[in-house]
Order: sequence, then structure tokens, then C-alpha cells
Amino acid sequence: MSWPPPEGVVQPIKGPDSPGGAKGAYRAFGETLRGMKTTFARVAEGTRTYQYPEEKVPVYPRFRGRHRLHRFEDTGLEKCVGCSLCAAACPADCIRVVAAENTPENRVSAGERYAAVYEINLSRCIFCGYCEVACPFDAITMGHDFEMSDYDRSDLIFTKEMLLAEPMERTPLRAEGE
Amino acid sequence: MIATVNYFEPWYVQIIKAIVLFAVGLQLVPLVLVAERKILGRFQHRYGPNRVGPFGLVQPLADILKLVTKEQFRPKTSIGWLFALAPIVSILTAVAAFSIIPFGRTQDIFGTKTGLYGVDLSIGPLYLFAFGAIAFYGIMLGGWASGSKYSFLGSMRAAAQLISYEVSQGLALVGVVFTAQTLSLTGIVEAQRGMWYLVPQFVGFIIFLTASFAESNRAPFDLVEADAELVGGYNTEYGGARFASYYFAEYLNVIVISGVVTTIFLGGWLMPFGIHPPGWVDPFVVLGKMCIFIFLFIWIRATLPRLRYDQLMSFGWKILLPLATVNALVTAILVVST
Repeated sequence: MSWPPPEGVVQPIKGPDSPGGAKGAYRAFGETLRGMKTTFARVAEGTRTYQYPEEKVPVYPRFRGRHRLHRFEDTGLEKCVGCSLCAAACPADCIRVVAAENTPENRVSAGERYAAVYEINLSRCIFCGYCEVACPFDAITMGHDFEMSDYDRSDLIFTKEMLLAEPMERTPLRAEGE
Repeated sequence: MIATVNYFEPWYVQIIKAIVLFAVGLQLVPLVLVAERKILGRFQHRYGPNRVGPFGLVQPLADILKLVTKEQFRPKTSIGWLFALAPIVSILTAVAAFSIIPFGRTQDIFGTKTGLYGVDLSIGPLYLFAFGAIAFYGIMLGGWASGSKYSFLGSMRAAAQLISYEVSQGLALVGVVFTAQTLSLTGIVEAQRGMWYLVPQFVGFIIFLTASFAESNRAPFDLVEADAELVGGYNTEYGGARFASYYFAEYLNVIVISGVVTTIFLGGWLMPFGIHPPGWVDPFVVLGKMCIFIFLFIWIRATLPRLRYDQLMSFGWKILLPLATVNALVTAILVVST
């Protein structure tokens, strides 16, 4: 855009020539009242605060929170086959997978092998979601939970049972168009 | 004799009054504190403190408890005894100024005639200005004795602010004093029986109110504190109970000034339209009117940005002072000619 801008694009409001004098005092008084009207109108609008621990801010559907491991809904078998691709994709190196063979007596997953140990160290996780992308069976996804603070670092290492379990409290999901 | 006390009670009543006043004054401060934070929150689309106690009303108590139990420390460069003395000066002058606000006419309480005020001096406004000026010593000494550049800047600003505002504040009252023909605050209230001085002395009211904002170091004249540039100004180096007493003094000053404006311009305990409530209502009328001004203080704080240093000086000397002088002159001419 050329400078000075053409007419009608920018409308500069010219200020007074000098701020002092009786005229300035009168103007300052009027402008003060106008400002007070503006701020008081904000009171009438009410508050826009979420009362956080009681009232949670809804997250977007693609929000990347704490990981979840999944089971097949019909058979109840784990989707994870212990391939360690998530651990390989993880840039923070926070996933540890130890695989074991499925046997006919002890069938845990649908595939040949299953994850005997599946741990995510959430104190190192950067929530990038690469594990989710790497997983060939959609066994691991990023959930919506973001309240993971704890008193001890060792409590932040989530085991397979914790990741498979339903979260204690559901994080509210943002509705369409919200 | 320069000053006389217009009406005084037996000594034991005075002692009781002193204790009651101190208690009431220090009860009002936490209420104003929490009210300010809550109302300021509403101005900014938020709730303000609402966690401690019902509606967050216990929040100031928690704050004070935290401050009082904190460790006392001072910078190596500070002057020890002045550093300790300054907050005491601040809070003492604030409480002393509180004692002249009249909360009602002289009343019969258990057979003793008692005035609902600390003391009814024949020089009410002068007493107020005297303690207002000494209160600035609390700020100036505090900032200076801290031995820190930010505190020093804050206290220098306090000194400059004091001289540019005390004059207009005093002159704004001259008109009222001319009209009321007395310097006693109870006398001024009684003189407003026909009409509150808000109407005939409107210019004086505006000047006095503006100067009072400067005197209590509150927005938009809070250059002395100026959290953004001076990180707290005179109280940068203060912590714990000393900071708490500065804080108390500031809010007590707000209450005192609201009380003084109520007394001088809003007819103190007098109700409009010739309503004459029984005597025990008077203190509540005064407190109600004070609440209006406390709200105004908060409203202004939510609205106006802080003035620049030179703007403040030129506003004080070039606008307020001539206006106050003209107001006093016109009032004098009108009083003499009628």
C-alpha cells in the first residue's frame, strides 16, 4: 500500500493542539466520563471466567492429551501387538515396550505377540502425537486428558494397565462450532 | 490558642471512643481491600477472589496473615531505624486522620452525651492536611531509607506530587469554609442542612476529589508506586508486616478521604429531602455515602491510565491551582455580596 494512504482508508482523528488551558481541562473531564462509561459497560457484560477445577474448559477434538491404549470392542483383546514402532518414532524417547509371545493359554492381543510391558514416561513426553501416527493398529491414541500433575516423578510413568483404563473423569469436549 | 476542641466528653469515654474508632477503621480496611479486588475483577470480566471463605471475603485476612508471618529483612544499603520507622509513620497518620470524620451528631448514649467522631476540632481540614503531609513523610522516608534506586525515585515523585496537590486541595476547601463560616467538620455538616455543598461548590468538589486521588497515591496518580516502571516505588524493598502496614495505610487513606468528601460535600449524616432518621442511623448514612466514593476510587482505577510525570505536574499547577483559586475568589465575592 502506498503512503500516504488514499482518502477513506485511514481516518486520522486529529488531537487537540495543546493539552492545557481551560478548554483542555473541560475536554479532559468529558473524556474521563466517557472512559468511565466504557469501563462500567464491561461490568454489565458479566464475567467470562471458567471456574477451573470445578468447571473445565472444553478441549477440541484433535487436542493431544494423555495417551490411551485400546482394546478390540468385540473380543476384548488388546490392539497393541508390541511392535515398538511407537517407541522408535518417539522423539523424546519416553515409551518403553517389551514384547512377549501370545500362547493359546494366555492370549492377550490379536496378533502374534503382545506388549508385556508398555510404559510411557509422561514427565518426558512432549505430546507430539508421533506414536499415534506410527502405530499400524491404532492401538495408541492421544486422549483428551491434560490434568496429569503429580507429587512424584515416578508416579508419572504410566503403565499399560493405567493407559488401558478409562480415565477417572472425562475431559469435556468442545461442541461443533464452539 | 490556635485550635480548640469544640465538644469533648469525660476522659473514659474518649478512651473507649479511641479504641472503637481504631477497631472500626481497621475493620473497614480489609472490607475495602476485598471489595476493590472483586469490583476491579468485574470491570475486567473476571470474578476476583472467590475461594477463601464465602465469596472470598476472608481473602484479605489470609493475605495479612501471610504478610505478618513473613520474615523481616532489609537491604544492606538501607538506614535501619528509618526503614523501620517509615511504615509506622504512614499507618499512624492514616489512623489519626480517621479520627476527625464525624459519623453523627452528639448523642445520648447511656446518659453520656457522646459525639460520634474521634475529635471535633475547630480546625478540622487543617488537621487533615497536617496529617496528610506527615503521611507523605512515611512514603518519602521509606523510599529514601531503603537505599534502592527505584524506592528513591518513588519517594522523589511523592515529594513533587505532594507540593503540587496539597495547594489545590486546600484552596478547593476554602470555598466551603467561606460558605459554612466554620472550620469544624461537624459545623460544616450542620451548615449543609439546606443544601449539600456538592451543588453550590461543584467545582471545588471536583478539584478536591482529583487532588485527593493524588494524595492517596492511587490511579491515575499512582506515580509513587508505578508498579510497571518502579516495581512498587517506595515500597519496593518492603516485605512482611512493614509492607502490610503500608498497604493498610493506603487503603485507610482511601477510607479517610471518602469520609472527608462525604462530610464536606455530601452533607455527612444528613439525608436529602428533609428525612430525619433517628440518631443511630447516622453512622450508616455516612458509611453508605463513603461507599459511593470508595466505589468511585475503584472505578477510576479501572478506567484511567497512569499520568506521565510532567503531565501530572502541569495538570496540578496549570489547571487545578488556577481553577481552585478562581473558585475561592468567586465564592468569596458571592458570600460577601449576599
